[in-house]
Amino acid sequence: MGSDLTPTDLAARLRALTTARVGLGRSGPAQATDDVLAFALAHARARDAVHASLDADALATAVESLGHKFLRAASAVPDRRTYLLRPDLGRTLAADTDLAADGPSDLAIVLADGLSAQAVQAHAPPLLAALTPRLRGLTLAPVTIALQARVALGDPIGQALRARAVLVLIGERPGLSSPDSLGAYLTFDPRPGRTDAERNCVSNIRPEGLGYDAAAGRIAWLIRQALDRGLTGVGLKDESDLVALVQPTGSAVGRT
Amino acid sequence: MANQRWPFPDLKTLMAKASPLRSGDALAGLSAGSLEESVAARMALADVPLKRFLAEPLVDYDTDEVTRLICDTHDAGVFAPIAALTVGDFRDFLLSDAADAPTLAALAPGLTPEMVAAVCKIMRNQDLILAGSKPKVTTRFRNTLGLPGRLSTRLQPNHPTDDPAGVAAAIIDGLLLGSGDAVIGINPASDSPVVIGELLRLLDEIIHEGAIPTQACVLTHVTATLDLIERGAPVDLVFQSIAGTEAANASFGVSLSLLAEAREAALGLKRGALGDNVMYFETGQGSCLSAGAHHGVDQQTLEARAYAVARAFDPLLVNTVVGFIGPEYLYDGKQIIRAGLEDHFCGKLLGLPMGCDVCYTNHAEADQDDMDVLLTLLAAAGVTFVMGVPGADDVMLNYQSTSFHDALYVRRLLGLKPAPEFEAWLVGAGLADEAGRPLPPPSRLKLLERLDGL
Repeated sequence: MGSDLTPTDLAARLRALTTARVGLGRSGPAQATDDVLAFALAHARARDAVHASLDADALATAVESLGHKFLRAASAVPDRRTYLLRPDLGRTLAADTDLAADGPSDLAIVLADGLSAQAVQAHAPPLLAALTPRLRGLTLAPVTIALQARVALGDPIGQALRARAVLVLIGERPGLSSPDSLGAYLTFDPRPGRTDAERNCVSNIRPEGLGYDAAAGRIAWLIRQALDRGLTGVGLKDESDLVALVQPTGSAVGRT
Repeated sequence: MANQRWPFPDLKTLMAKASPLRSGDALAGLSAGSLEESVAARMALADVPLKRFLAEPLVDYDTDEVTRLICDTHDAGVFAPIAALTVGDFRDFLLSDAADAPTLAALAPGLTPEMVAAVCKIMRNQDLILAGSKPKVTTRFRNTLGLPGRLSTRLQPNHPTDDPAGVAAAIIDGLLLGSGDAVIGINPASDSPVVIGELLRLLDEIIHEGAIPTQACVLTHVTATLDLIERGAPVDLVFQSIAGTEAANASFGVSLSLLAEAREAALGLKRGALGDNVMYFETGQGSCLSAGAHHGVDQQTLEARAYAVARAFDPLLVNTVVGFIGPEYLYDGKQIIRAGLEDHFCGKLLGLPMGCDVCYTNHAEADQDDMDVLLTLLAAAGVTFVMGVPGADDVMLNYQSTSFHDALYVRRLLGLKPAPEFEAWLVGAGLADEAGRPLPPPSRLKLLERLDGL
């Protein structure tokens, strides 16, 4: 392709190459009106996503229809403002929490609102549907639906349910163009005090990012590796990267 | 005396309670319990002699190498003329006409981060802007940064999958809008040395084929950069995130000796045509608390201590990524704006080429209006550089910063220009006129040919 381009062609050419906001119009030094308003709309959607509540009943119905039992839990956070200001409380179970399992299990799955209830509402059921058949042979604790939850709330939940590992599917911090991105965090031997370095993460799960099947495949691989080798975190991450290199999924796996 | 009703058992408690309210100090349990207590603490702090900060380290000397660095490199001779001042006197001095650029430059080695943090706490925003505008800090690699009347930008062409064509598209977009004189710096999504090596070669080719007077950086861990240097990758600047305590730096996987080793390696490449400032550091209030390594010290003071780490390595650029950390450390626009002004002031007073990523995340109570305010105030304060992100939307890191257009706005408003070598290049390449206004892109753009090969 040659390089004789009008400014309009150039903008289109650049925009075809990245999701970044390149090739924007200009009025003097300022951005053009349409671009300013488009940005404001995207930001409004992201802000609304942060402050939206999870419809736990609807999610529970979806979980049951996939053949899973479910439990409910909440963190010690009373409201959204406190959630944003006190991550420590979002990692602690509410005082009246009573979680019990019938017996020990290989894996506990937690569906957590995190910073985007919209993400877990929309993407957790289809991801769970894609993941469940890949977990054959493993014993599963009931799925826990957790409100006002941080990733590390999975640690006391997994411990209470006597699970060897806990998988937290949680709404990620909304980006301007991704208000509904789901993250998956896997922790072996969950208990309070685990650090992020002891977890594995698969992020940006949504149809426009990492698709359900690709994410489920990667998560299932991590779960089996974690249970076989008795660890998650930095030690496991390198190996999963290697597999991704050898068997490219065609999708990006970001890190948080 | 109002403050006699308020006991402050030690210096670090006094410093914390004197800090303008922010969520990170509250999270750490360090904040004043009331507004009156906070002002009483400021009154008490104003009466503290500067000498006391030398006698009473806030973080233990024996167990913290940052404290040792601060104490062992303090220039007592330079400090002598202001040794008798209190913190309050020091504020009055900084705002006086006697405190001009040469005086402040000479004084910097006599100042510790704790002294600078202390005076910062009793200054209003306008004080931070005026006093912060006084020191002139000039650094060089392939161009000259920090000259009066100049505002530089880091072109930040991040891409969610590090796709070379996507990165190149954002670089071209930025160059067409006059961005990139501080550095063209990519935050990679991957930590793979193969991917990072490819990005370094892409940047190197763009800069050399276009004869662009700027420098490149891929912002990965210092150990990865050291390995890449050994493998012959074209590394201009060594990047690292740093913090104000040894334990926080350890959580980042760095130490002073490792930073020194990396600097030596980069100097050995001799890639800077004009100068040998080869380090690029990023910092941000709250990082020590986030790492569980704050030792009961408030986050603004710890941030200033990170600048003591930075200045030991003669950096080309220091960037406080002010609103990235989230609302549990800086809750809203007001706190982010205040912190940005504090960081710029403290960095400049300590002699650093201070830039600011004027930014916020979507869970903070902030928006682009707040960024406009902070950008304008920092430019008025003479900030060395800000970020240039396509449309202010970083699609890899998922946060909002300042756009190429934002830099054009503030340059136009305040009559600021990019680094002189870069300004001349823009004019020579037909991308800007003599007044610095972007021109319609030339119909044949050599840079675009690069896209065809990617």
